[in-house]
Amino acid sequence: MNHHITLVVNGVVREASVPARRLLSDCLRHDLGLTGTHVGCEHGVCGACTVLLDGEPVRSCLTFAVTVDGREITTVEGLATGGELSPVQRAFAECHGLQCGFCTPGFLCTATAFLRDNPAPDDEEVLEAISGNLCRCTGYQNIIKAVHRAAEIQAEEAG
Amino acid sequence: MKPPPFDYHGPASLGETLRVLAEVGPHGKVLAGGQSLIPLLNMRLAAPAHLVDINRVAELDTIAAEPGGVRVGALARHAAVERSAAARAVQPLLGQALRLVAHPVIRNRGTVVGSLVHADPSAELPAVLALLGGSVRLARLGGEREVAAAEFFTGPLESAVAPGELAVSAFFPALPERSGTAFCEVARRHGDYAVAGVAAAVTLDEDFRIAAARVACVSVGPVPVVADVTEVCGPRPAASVGWDVDWDAVARAVQDRIDPEEDIHATATYRRHLTGVLVTRALKSAAHEAGHGEQGEL
Amino acid sequence: MSERREPAREHVTGVFGKRVQRREDARLITGRGRFLDDLGGNALAAAFVRSPHAHARIRDIDVAAALDVDGLVAIYTWEDLPGVLAEPLPLLIPHPALTHGRTAYPLAREVVRHVGEPVVMVVARDRYVAEDACSLIEVDYEILKPVVGVEEAAQAAHLVHEDVPGNVAAHMVQEVPAPDGRSAREAIEAAPHTLAFRLDIERSACTPLEGKGVYARWDADDESLRVYSSTQTSTSVRMAIAAKLGLPLPKVEVIAPDVGGGFGVKIVHPWPEEILVPWAARLLDREIKWTEDRREHFISSAHERAQVQYVRVGFDDDGRVLGLDVNILHDNGAYTPYGIIVPIVTSTQLLGPYKIGAYRVEFSSIYTNTVQVTPYRGAGRPQGVFCMERTMDRIAAHLGRDRTDVRAANFIQPDEFPYDQGMTFQDGRPLIYDSGDYPESLRMLKELIGWDSFPAMRDQAAAEGRRIGIGVGCYVEGTGVGPYEGGHVQVTSDGRVHVSTGLTSQGQGHETVFAQIVATELGVPFEKVSVVTGDTRRFGYAVGTFASRAAVVSGNAIALACRKVREKALRIAADALEADPRDLEITDGVVHVVGAPSASIPLSTIAVLSNPLRYAFDDETRRATQFASAPSPDRPPVSEGEEPGLEGRDYYSPIRSTFASGMHAAIVETDPLTAEIKILRYAVVHDCGKLINPMIVEGQIHGGVAQGVGGALYEKMVYDQHGQLLNASFMDFLMPYATEVPRIETTHLETPSPLNPLGVKGAGEAGVIPVSAVIAAAIEDAEGIPIDRMPISPSDLHALRLAR
Ligand SMILES: Cc1cc2nc3c(=O)[nH]c(=O)nc-3n(C[C@H](O)[C@H](O)[C@H](O)COP(=O)(O)OP(=O)(O)OC[C@H]3O[C@@H](n4cnc5c(N)ncnc54)[C@H](O)[C@@H]3O)c2cc1C
Ligand code: FES
Ligand code: FES
Repeated sequence: MNHHITLVVNGVVREASVPARRLLSDCLRHDLGLTGTHVGCEHGVCGACTVLLDGEPVRSCLTFAVTVDGREITTVEGLATGGELSPVQRAFAECHGLQCGFCTPGFLCTATAFLRDNPAPDDEEVLEAISGNLCRCTGYQNIIKAVHRAAEIQAEEAG
Repeated sequence: MKPPPFDYHGPASLGETLRVLAEVGPHGKVLAGGQSLIPLLNMRLAAPAHLVDINRVAELDTIAAEPGGVRVGALARHAAVERSAAARAVQPLLGQALRLVAHPVIRNRGTVVGSLVHADPSAELPAVLALLGGSVRLARLGGEREVAAAEFFTGPLESAVAPGELAVSAFFPALPERSGTAFCEVARRHGDYAVAGVAAAVTLDEDFRIAAARVACVSVGPVPVVADVTEVCGPRPAASVGWDVDWDAVARAVQDRIDPEEDIHATATYRRHLTGVLVTRALKSAAHEAGHGEQGEL
Repeated sequence: MSERREPAREHVTGVFGKRVQRREDARLITGRGRFLDDLGGNALAAAFVRSPHAHARIRDIDVAAALDVDGLVAIYTWEDLPGVLAEPLPLLIPHPALTHGRTAYPLAREVVRHVGEPVVMVVARDRYVAEDACSLIEVDYEILKPVVGVEEAAQAAHLVHEDVPGNVAAHMVQEVPAPDGRSAREAIEAAPHTLAFRLDIERSACTPLEGKGVYARWDADDESLRVYSSTQTSTSVRMAIAAKLGLPLPKVEVIAPDVGGGFGVKIVHPWPEEILVPWAARLLDREIKWTEDRREHFISSAHERAQVQYVRVGFDDDGRVLGLDVNILHDNGAYTPYGIIVPIVTSTQLLGPYKIGAYRVEFSSIYTNTVQVTPYRGAGRPQGVFCMERTMDRIAAHLGRDRTDVRAANFIQPDEFPYDQGMTFQDGRPLIYDSGDYPESLRMLKELIGWDSFPAMRDQAAAEGRRIGIGVGCYVEGTGVGPYEGGHVQVTSDGRVHVSTGLTSQGQGHETVFAQIVATELGVPFEKVSVVTGDTRRFGYAVGTFASRAAVVSGNAIALACRKVREKALRIAADALEADPRDLEITDGVVHVVGAPSASIPLSTIAVLSNPLRYAFDDETRRATQFASAPSPDRPPVSEGEEPGLEGRDYYSPIRSTFASGMHAAIVETDPLTAEIKILRYAVVHDCGKLINPMIVEGQIHGGVAQGVGGALYEKMVYDQHGQLLNASFMDFLMPYATEVPRIETTHLETPSPLNPLGVKGAGEAGVIPVSAVIAAAIEDAEGIPIDRMPISPSDLHALRLAR
């Protein structure tokens, strides 16, 4: 049996008819065609599938689409506003915070929510914030740098 | 890795939830945060015919901190409890333990009660409940019971929740005045389930001597292993916790109670050794906190 | 093909060697990357029934229960495979020593030899339904004795392949005598000091964050196939598909889209799925996609590293090695599709930056009922370096000398290049090092980590009740192996420069690095250059991305193609400007006469002039007419030896590998009570010749070191005696998070390679190579316990302490 659900994805109302077992990650990627959210493990460890649910980062591979019927989702596709890259996106490019880019959407979403709540983090807070995301390419050093840089850009633009 | 099919129920109230659970009985599973259940479904290690999703039951999303303790509703997420200043004030051990549960993003979704019901012998929260002598309230259509921690955890990944029952809340009692707590663990990676971990609570008397000392250990038995070490520890002035207490004897007393197993991450011998080290660390830290640190260095 | 040695044209635009931001990022940070599973939204999904047993005979396959699944499209077993498709997969790299090479069938025939081997393929509406059907298919197995563990396998109580005696796939001995003609064993016997010991390295795996995947589209009208694969070699996958499906090569195109990491596992080809999915797509005339999930990746891709090494070494009072004798047991898993590259690399690269008096190395490559072993970043080098560096440390300990002094006593000196190690390398060519400066590298490393002041630091820590230790490790890495790569460069009349090369990208930033080369070589703005890799529609001949070869082999091929284009552009410009080509220079996409800036002509115009067919589609074409000289009626419009268009294609085929090198050092702290191990500092001196983009090279090093840290402290594949992989998930296979990886301090040394026009060496694998050796050395130093086995966990360290 399929369930009819409505999600507000990146500010746009989207409808889908999905079986109850459809993972939110698959719903976004395959039912709604938003393939920016990636799937690296489907058991909650890698963080590639992280999206924002009502602003809070969650694992979309550990969430059923039916459970979040009616809620707001932000994916990597929704981080730029009006064609302008967000500070986090710009910082990742500037600091070479990505190589293959497969883990990147998860890091970007996680960092975006983190810097909203904690605009001037110290090293340890940054480390804790991204500690649940795996990257096999970068060794994380430039990702950490990028999160700090994003905080800086955010502050520059706010001030 | 895709979940098998199931019939989905999304009740909006507690009453409706209990009705559905009564109907599906042993064929149903409750879905809370899904952070333990959905990995099992994705790997097809579980295949319930019915899933009863409680994420819409707003009345379960509660954190009530009273002087006597903190009652956490079934839909309170790890992150919400961790952030609750009231909960932390009444029972600081909750925050100390939650920091060690998985990663921040998992805590945004996982629930405290779900973690208790899941009853992983390596999980932090069951040890917290067991240490504090808390309880879980179970509701079924037409009835309710409060199960004490000592009876709640029945085996690895097994709890007292019967088919048709919902764990509606858990109660974490407060500790008397002049008490302190700590949670110390060693995990392979930051955020992993602990190789060994110890929760400790210490209460001092008016002369700042150890009046009560208890620990609960994870990953060294089928359920959290609780040990009262008041006898071995005290009563000694907290001012001299670092010198006077025979920590080796305390560690041995706990090590005698545990039954660790070997797995791919650690030998049983290492787990036993580590538990001894962590017992000392956790008790010292708890005693220190109990004396508000005024009573000298560790 | 040519080996010209002009220097790179750094003066022209200056992007070569600069920290240019990456081209790739714009799409990847906005969710517009196109990874395999992002394609084919309407394709059917494939899933596989895989063996749950390590060793079993298939008695019967019963699909009846699955047939009722709504959305099921097809089920295939080995019996359904026609012709050559039913034959074993190819053995890619045969070798005379590989006397008993064996490969798997695309779907198991009669016997399964590891948990995860594909037995049945299911095609269905979506992956959920496909997995439902898989779970209903019943395979009846007769369980056979599993062979697990390389030493047990070498005892050969049971066989993995009935027709492979002793479970030995290959046996090989290489011997390099001392200058005086003595054999290694003789040299060791005669040496003032000798040591003998055993070393162990356990299994790990590449584990890219994106698994493999294949998506195939059959065009029935055109009778052609387009296949997307998350591969490191699209050209070879294409040839394999054409051969296995009996299709004309031009009717098959293979494209590597954005690939979420490879690290070696995706160089193997064809994976069973790479031919089964296209085959079924044609048969069913439907688009089909298979996206590997994490569990599949663990149990049915490839692993690496596991070796047991027996070492005997003889040395003099200064620690100079007089003779070295190494015997290696190499666990190759159930099959050998990639030959014996890994143990060959171990045997040869073990020598590192050292002059070893006499060397003998023997290896046996052994079958076990586990996932096959194929190269993982470093490809056998981490094991070889572990062996040599542990040996150096043992010598130093035995003599009571500083560990860096012992290494220095054995170094090849800067004036000894090219240095012939007297062996045959993985490419079948002599192992001759091209260039390097090992003493300088060590000096830089000691300064960076503070080697000489470490004893004071240790004393200070000890006074605080803390245990710290320091370790060092050196390596030499043959990079940029042949046989060749090609590059194609085309300038179009809009002034854009289109570049393609056949090898693929998995995050190394090739689009950026190759554009930097082109901008520099051609004298065009970086922004005008676009690069395509791994698309057989654009470039058909290539080998693939492995062995740190992209920058060296494709980079130089592209540079050579640019030089052809440049030559042609200057020739046409000279004609149009009535100047001597030798007086012309290209800057910012404009050809001008040196010293007379007004006499100039843009490359876009030259692109128009290069083609006698001159329909005026754009302004540039109209403008070009002013330069066009009247055609001579005596000559054909395109003269002999000329081609229309401003484009060039060239290949670079290296005579030998180039040899990059590096040295790492680490300071670790071990907890005296919990035995936890923490890396306090990690320092790298790295020499990959000329740097094209230091930012990207540093990124490669960071990533490599992080993988090395995983291999040293966290990652291992744990099989039980039944051949079950006990930790086939990210929950239990412990890939490091940010919290486990130290900050990495890097310095570069640049000794250009004399072998290629750009002077570059490879950089892709370097970071990972010495890490286990370095961390083992540092722990040994902190604890005073010999560390002979990696990885090491706190529990392992605790056990060593108890055994002391
Ligand atoms: C990568 C990762 C790392 C983790 N690391 C840790 C860790 O270090 N420590 C740790 O403690 N946990 C860890 N967890 C688990 C996490 O804490 C889970 O959130 C928790 O175990 C279960 O809570 P949940 O709400 O997600 O429950 P669910 O997954 O929804 O349910 C778990 C089980 O409990 C049952 N259940 C849940 N709620 C109720 C209820 N109210 N009444 C009756 N039955 C119920 C379900 O039927 C199911 O059987 C980790 C999880 C992941 C994915
Ligand atoms: S795919 Fe969701 S955490 Fe890995
Ligand atoms: S950039 Fe490749 S996994 Fe992070």
